Amino acid sequence: MRVGRPRRTPVAITGMGVVAPGGLGVKGFWELLTAGRTATREISLFDASGFRSRIAAECEFDPRQEGLSPREIRRMDRVAQFAVVCTRDALGDSGLDLAAVPPERIGVSIGSAVGCTMRLEEEYVVLSDGGREWLVDPAYAVPHAYDYMVPSTIAAETAGVCGAEGPVALISTGCTAGLDAVGHAVRLLQEGSADVMVAGAAEAPISPITSACFDAIKATSPDNDDPAGASRPFDLDRHGFVLGEGAAVLVLERLDDARRRSARVYAEIIGFASRSNAFHMTGLKPDGREMAEAIRAAMDLARIGPDDIGYINAHGSGTKQNDRHETAAFKRSLGARAYEVPVSSVKSMIGHSLGAIGSIEIAASALALEQQVVPPTANLHTPDPECDLDYVPLSARDHAMEVVLSVGSGFGGFQSAMLLAKGGTT
Amino acid sequence: MRQFTVDDLERLLRASGGGDEHMDFSEDILDEEFSELGYDSLAILEMSALIKREFGVELADEEVAELQTPRQAIDLVNQRAAEVPIT
Amino acid sequence: MTGTVVVTGLGVIAPGGDDTEAFWRTLLAGRRSIGRIDRFAPDRYRTRLAGQVHGFHAKERVGSRVAVQTDLFTQFGLAASDMALADAGLDMAAVPEYERAVVVASSSGGTEFGQREIERLWRNGPDHVGAYQSIAWFYAATTGQVSIRHGMRGPCGVICAEQAGALDAVGQARRLIRDGARAALTGGTDASLCPYGLTAQLAAGRLYQGDDPARAYRPFAADTAGFVPGEGGAILVVEDAAAAAERGARQYGTVAGYAATFDPRPDSGREPGLRRAAELALADAGRAPGDVDVVFADAAGVRELDRIEAAALTALFEPYGVPVTAPKTMTGRLYAGGAALDLVSALLAVRDGVVPPTVGIGRPAADGRLDLVLDHPRRLAVRTVLVLARGFGGFNAAVVVTAPDAAHARAPQPSEGADHASIHRR
Repeated sequence: MRVGRPRRTPVAITGMGVVAPGGLGVKGFWELLTAGRTATREISLFDASGFRSRIAAECEFDPRQEGLSPREIRRMDRVAQFAVVCTRDALGDSGLDLAAVPPERIGVSIGSAVGCTMRLEEEYVVLSDGGREWLVDPAYAVPHAYDYMVPSTIAAETAGVCGAEGPVALISTGCTAGLDAVGHAVRLLQEGSADVMVAGAAEAPISPITSACFDAIKATSPDNDDPAGASRPFDLDRHGFVLGEGAAVLVLERLDDARRRSARVYAEIIGFASRSNAFHMTGLKPDGREMAEAIRAAMDLARIGPDDIGYINAHGSGTKQNDRHETAAFKRSLGARAYEVPVSSVKSMIGHSLGAIGSIEIAASALALEQQVVPPTANLHTPDPECDLDYVPLSARDHAMEVVLSVGSGFGGFQSAMLLAKGGTT
Repeated sequence: MRQFTVDDLERLLRASGGGDEHMDFSEDILDEEFSELGYDSLAILEMSALIKREFGVELADEEVAELQTPRQAIDLVNQRAAEVPIT
Repeated sequence: MTGTVVVTGLGVIAPGGDDTEAFWRTLLAGRRSIGRIDRFAPDRYRTRLAGQVHGFHAKERVGSRVAVQTDLFTQFGLAASDMALADAGLDMAAVPEYERAVVVASSSGGTEFGQREIERLWRNGPDHVGAYQSIAWFYAATTGQVSIRHGMRGPCGVICAEQAGALDAVGQARRLIRDGARAALTGGTDASLCPYGLTAQLAAGRLYQGDDPARAYRPFAADTAGFVPGEGGAILVVEDAAAAAERGARQYGTVAGYAATFDPRPDSGREPGLRRAAELALADAGRAPGDVDVVFADAAGVRELDRIEAAALTALFEPYGVPVTAPKTMTGRLYAGGAALDLVSALLAVRDGVVPPTVGIGRPAADGRLDLVLDHPRRLAVRTVLVLARGFGGFNAAVVVTAPDAAHARAPQPSEGADHASIHRR
């Protein structure tokens, strides 16, 4: 612990673009969340018969309608399309005059856990003749096959949209990538490596191979008879997560810069930290120890204590182990305060979009702060005695709050925590 | 279905989770916990998938989750095999 | 804490040597480790040459239990991490658990493992996908497994920027140390030499096509014909300088400067970002171009990209103003592993006062005007090195490493290779 360090420069969220299941754009997204509506359905993106879990939260996304050219649509995997559309929306929303910012001072930090798997798999199926040929036929490879193999193209496409010539990176820490990518961007702004960061995350994992790999470890919900009710974080009858897709991209600036141009500030990012459990690639110990440590470290950086936290936007994936692990982490890091603070999981409504969800949840947290409304945990009818906090079941709640904690937990053992403060409070 | 033997278990477990070639899959370890033997939940899931493929015996999620030892696995597979008609 | 970050341990798994010193001897001997692909029958592919790691026994290097659940790129990362930690003599138990960090680059993930599982899915059905696909294929697999293996509970990261990624990872590791981590494992590895991986790489149109190792990868030659892919990489241990000195660690050098930039849109008429990355990294290191003793070039082997790099170097250093080398002519381009390997070579050049050569390019293009270290190692007191890397899609990164204080420096290894190189060179 290093005492006496100056408090880090706060960073402002000044623009936002969201593509999420159940409602496009920031407005549709927030309406869905505050209505407590669920967007989990039978999978339509591929024929999922024969799969254990046949449900997902899909985006009603038409790239043409979103203004992408036929060329862009041919070139980009769905995940890059999400990222690009969100970036355009976020830049427009920020009111930033990009022409007035030197391109060298614009950076990009995008998160994704599984990259361009949809196209990667589609290509494979063609080249291998439906999996029959190990020595795949190179003659039929599309020109952009390599773009799908390296996820960094998602960040590169994003950079193309905003004209970034500063630091550009794709962050791929599995299911914490969306938090970590924004955390990375905040760090770059604080150290002065960029003046504007376009940061967020995207994922389009609803494909046979990704579904099959979660089937194999029984991580996803098999409640195929009740798609709308299948994502049940913190409920006693939860049976795993429901796969989702989507993206959220934020425009970030140092708070001083945002104020100078009188930008709308959705929220300030005041702390971020990540830790790892070094325990198991998928397993979590029930004690929540490392996530608690990430939360403590983030509070430390933000110079706040448990009592300052007004809402916890939980990881809340709806797997048996996660929800217990996380509940323990909140108690461990916040003490008695854990019982007083509303906690909710938007995954109950929009599913778990792996690397993207962290950024989508930051967007939700920022909107919660701005609107002073806590989105609910849908489908929470039968509380799990082992999860005994206030999870805001079923309906959104008006709630006065200054600071929101958003956390994530992912394969690899990664645990991340971010703190956001209401715009204009620091 | 033929009997699911210790040798079958050893073979499938090694395929699923690797393991020390010198470890003796004799009576002594049949009641050791999988975790003590170095096989984690993913290895057991993988083993159950191989059992399904090779022996046609499908174990329920909860059953797999509760398997603690090699003996339990052998007994459960043979018990299930006796219940299902051979296909 | 000084803010100074030093390298105390190196681990290499690469074509030409699956440990650091063996690899270094191969480089100094000027021996090319490029040959016909023997992992699968490459006949139907236009590229049939690669830099492969031979004699790597995963079960022995990482243990059979880990071997079954990991792709080769992760096994390389684990083996190199073991080596780097042993080399650093760092007793992890003496490092507070949350101050142990891991941040490595990943380029295409667990490509071969992934191809096998997608094949099973399409050939046999979803329930034939194995439980480990969920943890072996994704880009974070190596970071997660390394974290578990060595109890690294501090911040963990995964950066994807294709060949530039490993320098970004090292830059990020330096940030983590400056933010309070005590030690970090960083670098990168790649293993994408499976049929599908090669097919995707071919689609990018930059690979050499043919069977002549002597003509296969000749960056900066006027008639360069692309590059050869390779596999492997390197992991480095970096530490806070004061803490390293306190435990009496021997150092390879200091990570004195780092910067990343992104290329402008191709139609912008603006200069590509490589020169700016180099300038920013030098400024970050507090060094002038005149301080640089040698440059490890990105050396794309693609005429236009070579021109861009040569122009950047001559603008920065004057024509023929600094020795430039590309030992990757002996290994091929290792994607996420490539820049990490160059960094290792740069640090060993500092230690031993000898620069490994660029082999077999023949006569460099006249317009390059570079002082290339051709075919024979060059004896040179090396105090400051600039390492450059570019990733597919527009990523640029630069790292400046400087020699350690004499009191903490590693003892030079008697490098017979350097003196015998000219005699024994093939």
